[in-house]
Amino acid sequence: MFPFTYHRPVELASAHALLVANEDAKLLAGGQTLIATLKQRLASPSDLVDLARVPGLTGMAREGEALTIGAMTRHAQVSASPLVVEALPALAELAGRIGDPAVRNRGTLGGSIANNDPSADYPAACLGLGAAIVTDRRVMAAGDFFLGLFETALEPDEIIVSVRFPIGGWAAYAKFANPASRYAMAGAFVWKGEGGVRVAITGAGQNGVFRWGAAEEALAADFRPAALEGLALDGDDMIADIHGSGTYRAHLAGVMTRRAVARILERGSP
Amino acid sequence: MQTLTLTVNGAAVTLTLDERTLLVELLRDHLRLTGTHVGCDTSQCGACTVHLDGVAVKACAVLAVQAEGAEILTIEGVGSTEHLHPMQAAFREHHGLQCGFCTPGMIMAGIDIASRHGPAPDEPTVRAELEGNLCRCTGYHNIVLAIQAGARAMGVPSSVATA
Ligand SMILES: Cc1cc2nc3c(=O)[nH]c(=O)nc-3n(C[C@H](O)[C@H](O)[C@H](O)COP(=O)(O)OP(=O)(O)OC[C@H]3O[C@@H](n4cnc5c(N)ncnc54)[C@H](O)[C@@H]3O)c2cc1C
Ligand code: FES
Ligand code: FES
Repeated sequence: MFPFTYHRPVELASAHALLVANEDAKLLAGGQTLIATLKQRLASPSDLVDLARVPGLTGMAREGEALTIGAMTRHAQVSASPLVVEALPALAELAGRIGDPAVRNRGTLGGSIANNDPSADYPAACLGLGAAIVTDRRVMAAGDFFLGLFETALEPDEIIVSVRFPIGGWAAYAKFANPASRYAMAGAFVWKGEGGVRVAITGAGQNGVFRWGAAEEALAADFRPAALEGLALDGDDMIADIHGSGTYRAHLAGVMTRRAVARILERGSP
Repeated sequence: MQTLTLTVNGAAVTLTLDERTLLVELLRDHLRLTGTHVGCDTSQCGACTVHLDGVAVKACAVLAVQAEGAEILTIEGVGSTEHLHPMQAAFREHHGLQCGFCTPGMIMAGIDIASRHGPAPDEPTVRAELEGNLCRCTGYHNIVLAIQAGARAMGVPSSVATA
């Protein structure tokens, strides 16, 4: 690691002030991505601003027809929360399949979506459920938030405070996990409710998480796995690496989408 | 440099460290608690698993400064040579180790599993929970048996386990 100065602010405003005062400062959440990046010297922030003691960033609450989850809420807390299990079971399940137990005890929702790894799970849930990302200055639709590979609409000094997930409809997430890392080789988050169907694909696209429009249209007309027959993503647009080719991932994304649809139907809806 | 105070195996410690120090370095290099191992240093193997405020974490993926004020439990703190922790006794009884390198992490993970899943976690549960703990020797079979036996011996009521 390169040297850095460590800060532990106890107010959101002072965390923000530290980011403004130090151009090369970085926020630290669970550290499950950032610490590895520092070790590899892939990042050299002058300052680390630890969000752990900033009040108001942790916890889950149901407010009307939305479930709000604080940015610093750990994956393990989301997966074990009776509130999430009841309101959005697919989200609880997704959180419970991120990495391994020790990673889930540290990693946070805010860190995961700020990082926007193309193989991360939460971005698919945010897009699939039509979530709103709440920062210290604005509210963004998930569709406007995820911009590309490790890229989001966040300003350099912007802090995610929470994510608001609408409740309602039926959802399921199917993921083919890389056997070594547990990151998605392809993951499909499918939602059906008032207003149609959403299919969010992670792990596969070269530009990170995306909505598969053709699948959404086909499923809106006929919500069955068979409705996806003949539909395929373009392998040239998919990630190709040592773990699998673009064609393989395009195929896998289709399989995961069909599994997610089947799971929704199995559970007796819609 | 940063001064921090934390509790390690029940004892308060205050140290002044470089900000870059990892929790596992604090434990091994500064406190000489070398039971916590470093197998990979890349968050994959779980040999460095310790408990931070009661939950399992990979000590190679936590900065020491993040543990300010926290309670840390390492393998040195779970039992003694005279009185092994039930999970340690179960690993011995069921031959849950060969070279022993992964064992401290496995035992810390095992105790964490028992405290969340109660006295009778089934085999698929234990295997899934060991996702982040690698063993190069045993093939896992006896580790799974040991954790099931250790969980039984710990006898954590399932009401506590699901909390
Ligand atoms: C072994 C292993 C396996 C994993 N497997 C998976 C997996 O299967 N699926 C998956 O999705 N992920 C996986 N992860 C990643 C894990 O989910 C991370 O926890 C997550 O990606 C980052 O969250 P964090 O809280 O640790 O963030 P950090 O590492 O602390 O931060 C990540 C980035 O987000 C920024 N940031 C953090 N919080 C905020 C905020 N509130 N506002 C603005 N910016 C912020 C930081 O500045 C940094 O750039 C894995 C990680 C490991 C080590
Ligand atoms: S040394 Fe920490 S996970 Fe391997
Ligand atoms: S006993 Fe040798 S690595 Fe597990």
